[in-house]
Amino acid sequence: MNKIWPSFDAAVADIPDGASVAVNFWGFPGVTQNLILALRNRGTKDLTLIINNWGTAPMPEEILVNPAILLPQMKKLITSFFVSSPRLVDMYGIPSKEAELEEKLEVEVMSHGILMARLHAAASGFGGFYSPVGVGTILEEGKEKRVIDGREYILEMPLKPDFGFVRAHKADKYGNLVYLGVERGYNPVIAMASKVTIAEVDEIVEPEELDPEAIVTPAIFVDRIVQIPEGGRGSYKDSMQKVHAFLSIEWIRPLVLRTKGKEAQR
Amino acid sequence: MKERLSEETIALRAAKEFQDGNCVNLGFGIPNLCALFVPEGRTVLFHAENGVLGYGPILLEDEADKVDIRYQDAGTRFFTPQAGMSFFDMGMAFDMIRGGRLDITVLGAFQVSKKGDLANWGRPGDISRAIGGGMDLAIGAKRVIVTMEHVTKDGKPRILKKCTYPLTGKECVDLIVTDIAVMEVTNKGLVLKEVAPGWTAEEVQALTEPKLIIAEDLKEIEL
Repeated sequence: MNKIWPSFDAAVADIPDGASVAVNFWGFPGVTQNLILALRNRGTKDLTLIINNWGTAPMPEEILVNPAILLPQMKKLITSFFVSSPRLVDMYGIPSKEAELEEKLEVEVMSHGILMARLHAAASGFGGFYSPVGVGTILEEGKEKRVIDGREYILEMPLKPDFGFVRAHKADKYGNLVYLGVERGYNPVIAMASKVTIAEVDEIVEPEELDPEAIVTPAIFVDRIVQIPEGGRGSYKDSMQKVHAFLSIEWIRPLVLRTKGKEAQR
Repeated sequence: MKERLSEETIALRAAKEFQDGNCVNLGFGIPNLCALFVPEGRTVLFHAENGVLGYGPILLEDEADKVDIRYQDAGTRFFTPQAGMSFFDMGMAFDMIRGGRLDITVLGAFQVSKKGDLANWGRPGDISRAIGGGMDLAIGAKRVIVTMEHVTKDGKPRILKKCTYPLTGKECVDLIVTDIAVMEVTNKGLVLKEVAPGWTAEEVQALTEPKLIIAEDLKEIEL
């Protein structure tokens, strides 16, 4: 058994037009930067992107690849945190070329937890589930409702991506994965839910080097593994260098560090 | 103009609600500042929906050299790792929330209604829909505390008979801490429990749409 693929381009080469792809994006950690770039280079069209956070933020691509670079190739967005391009223009005063493309996009927004739960339902083979989240809000529109034990619930349906991109720290050739800190995030959920899971990792190690007690995503959920070249884009080392370069930008610091209440903290 | 509480002071008051051993999730803005004011002698485990429980203080602006991308909270702020911390995936993070394990969440708000309806993720007609985890927190946490400014920039009430902004959750808020008052949501309506120094119940009522029930033991906010 060998799930190791030679390149990011090869690992995404069979993703067809119209496919749905799940990707993690919540700050710096855990973004499959190389797989996203490979998918852009492949030029696959009419994609449905399933992503926890969407925003075409003015982040230089050299620092962090934002999955929003796939926008010209997308027909649908499924997300929990949708900040539109015009809103970002207001926030940062930077003109957005994406606004027009975004307007054509079909957008489905739900709560963050329900996005996770719908993926998990698909992973578990459930046909749907009753959720108390969003009762009395826009989330219930057009959905079946039911009272269970005196509480109102909404019927939510499973969500099964055709492909899932997963960022992990280490893998073995079987596809067992371990993560670093909050890089874990949405990634194990994507791995469990997707029909085809492709992992982008810092390092592929011998199976005996991974402690079975510490494995987070078991091999059964992973189909393909690609290793980031040592120190290459998106590796832990590279990301650490870039985040520190990023922190030297003055307007960035208040967004990611604490500026108020300094005295109280000390 | 009467003096209003600063954001830090609102956070300090809200944080007094934290009990020893509580698991607490903090939203963006003022709620996030509550981490600075955990009452002495109480241990609180902070929960972030991107998959960490028990994380340490957010790094200060002059501690940028300590930033590690492994340690970023749900508001994308970098934190200090500490003993007792655990990582998990986002699915489990929300299981903790909806499953009723979270003792308290502190959230920001555009509007709160007299019944405790919360509106905190979007404005009417805005195509942005930054829903995030607020809907899960609003219905899942055992106790929902809202920290907010009492009125809009134009001086209009944010505490209303009925919210006009899109809702995050219905009848979910338990306590409201603003820059001029502390109110509890009860079956009978909003109970005014505390007022900021120099404010009277009548002055708070004048800036609040629904009729407030004045607590018998109404007092000045203790800090």
